[in-house]
Amino acid sequence: MDTAPSGFAIAQHACPVLESAPVGQRYHRLVVAAPGLAVRTRPGQFCHLLCRDAGGNGPYLRRPMSIWRIGTDGTLGFLLHVKGRGTAALARLRPGDALDVVGPLGVGFSLPPGARRVLVLARGVGLATLAPLNALPVAVHAVLSARAPEDLMAAEFGASSFEAVFDSDGSSAPAAVEALLRRRFERERPDAVFTCGSNRLFLLLQRLAAEYGIPGQVALEQQMGCGLGMCFCCVRDIRDDAGQVTHQRVCREGPVFDLQRAMSW
Amino acid sequence: MVRLATRIGGLTLANPVMPASGTFGPELAEVMDLNRLGALVTKSVTPEARLGNALPRLAETENGLLNSIGIPGKGLAHFTAKAMPEWRRFRVPLVVSLSAPSVAEFARAAAVLAATPGVAAIEANISCPNLEEDGRAFAMLPDSAAAAVAAIRAASALPLWVKLSPNTADIAAVARACEAAGAEALVVANTILGLAIDIETARPKLGASMGGFSGPAFKPIALRLVWQCAQAVGIPIIGVGGISTAEDAVEFMMAGASAVQVGTASFVQPTAMLDVLDGLAAFCARRGITDVAQLVGMALPARERLAAE
Ligand SMILES: Cc1cc2nc3c(=O)[nH]c(=O)nc-3n(C[C@H](O)[C@H](O)[C@H](O)COP(=O)(O)OP(=O)(O)OC[C@H]3O[C@@H](n4cnc5c(N)ncnc54)[C@H](O)[C@@H]3O)c2cc1C
Ligand SMILES: Cc1cc2nc3c(=O)[nH]c(=O)nc-3n(C[C@H](O)[C@H](O)[C@H](O)COP(=O)(O)O)c2cc1C
Ligand code: FES
Repeated sequence: MDTAPSGFAIAQHACPVLESAPVGQRYHRLVVAAPGLAVRTRPGQFCHLLCRDAGGNGPYLRRPMSIWRIGTDGTLGFLLHVKGRGTAALARLRPGDALDVVGPLGVGFSLPPGARRVLVLARGVGLATLAPLNALPVAVHAVLSARAPEDLMAAEFGASSFEAVFDSDGSSAPAAVEALLRRRFERERPDAVFTCGSNRLFLLLQRLAAEYGIPGQVALEQQMGCGLGMCFCCVRDIRDDAGQVTHQRVCREGPVFDLQRAMSW
Repeated sequence: MVRLATRIGGLTLANPVMPASGTFGPELAEVMDLNRLGALVTKSVTPEARLGNALPRLAETENGLLNSIGIPGKGLAHFTAKAMPEWRRFRVPLVVSLSAPSVAEFARAAAVLAATPGVAAIEANISCPNLEEDGRAFAMLPDSAAAAVAAIRAASALPLWVKLSPNTADIAAVARACEAAGAEALVVANTILGLAIDIETARPKLGASMGGFSGPAFKPIALRLVWQCAQAVGIPIIGVGGISTAEDAVEFMMAGASAVQVGTASFVQPTAMLDVLDGLAAFCARRGITDVAQLVGMALPARERLAAE
């Protein structure tokens, strides 16, 4: 097993904040120095963040956050939707403050052997979870869905090849996205598909990927207590090898699950 | 050097710090050295497989949380066949928390554990609903608590710890009944029943409506329960509830606990148990205390302290 200098696979790190800035109206980016952590992090993994501002204010429990950027310079980035108390406290952090990070956690994405071209379907801040796929040795084409152009964050996703769909002009409607995906699958069939951020898009991609016989994965979210597999509060319905519906822990067996085994949430 | 070895009935632990049931698993070995702990305590094992409660299973509060996990698990047969080999990788005594829906099921399961190599003690979680008593928890009343304890005692010769619930009118009476029925130690306490409501939806926040309250905000209640039990019985008490620092652990020991368990705090600080252990030794060293057992009951009124010793 890959371990930290401490000899343990998972560790608590006090990470100096390097960058903290709003992204559009509702999002925020945090970049921290985490040399010991960054080298051991795989795309799709997450960290459990203690959400306390410099004054110590914030909620009691940690919050799970995908690793959005894995810097080759020992930095880690998080991209957050500022939603409630925890993420608001994170957004108040300033360069020089410390962020308490436990990680890396969970099972990340895996590419099928020989994959050369993948398609990514992201909704909203779900693109933060999928962004590290861009660093893998495959060609990534992204379909990014957002409320409106100002919420898109295409630069934050960082793909060279992408299409955007929006609620504001109706292009994100399921039927429109289905037509778009079918065109892609027929013209430039991907070797694998990945999604995060929307139940509706997950269901659509699951159905189409099954029809076209393309393997895929979905990154799921669930409220967490421990983040380490101990409390069983983060379970989701997942089909096992025999097709039986089982409860699996998003923090431990996930957050990345096989597209066909995951179920609507 | 401070002597940390701790006797709980017939069992001697290397130190008095261990995890609380349901908040801990072998997964924590990826974060810290579990062999440094005084004991390991499993999630409650039930005779049959259980799916657990509806989600959400957790609701955060100020400095604590409510949980209604519902003891999901694969059942006793899976535990002895599949989980035990994993637990036996560790050198520390393994305490198996046991929960069951009836007196007879408690006895049957205890007999199975007694025949399972590697089990150092049973911690009977009698806070679970007794299906023969309209679902009231065994630990609510002295008689139903004693019936479960006596049945386990008769079915197994393993050291028997009994975990009490705050959800009772007279914890001292329940404690005395468990002692008389053969408990070798009391674990005080399980979570206290609580509620949180989502005011936007006007529904309880937890899928199961009510849940057990734990974490730092629960500490004064758990400490009071330990204090009351310490004055009621002569068997050792293991204190649990809201402990996240060594200072918290010292308070519990001064109130009469011989050892402590750390639960919810591990969610926020994964190495909380080691922080408690190191801090406990440092506190004793600073105060010139050579044996951690000297802390036990220090704060109890003199008369009760004698009784506790
Ligand atoms: C594996 C994983 C990766 C994630 N990655 C990201 C990310 O990269 N960027 C991002 O913006 N968000 C991400 N999330 C969601 C993020 O954890 C929640 O938005 C956050 O917990 C909200 O906390 P809050 O205190 O601001 O909001 P509140 O709404 O006040 O939180 C209240 C409670 O609900 C829980 N909660 C609310 N929404 C979610 C959710 N969607 N998932 C899990 N728990 C939730 C919180 O943990 C807390 O217990 C991720 C979630 C998971 C499980
Ligand atoms: C998520 C969670 C699950 C728990 N599961 C169990 C359990 O299975 N059996 C049990 O006896 N106690 C269980 N408990 C209670 C704890 O063992 C402990 O008694 C309680 O949480 C108080 O301690 P704390 O404040 O340190 O967490 C659970 C507590 C939590 C928070
Ligand atoms: S958050 Fe505790 S098991 Fe997943």
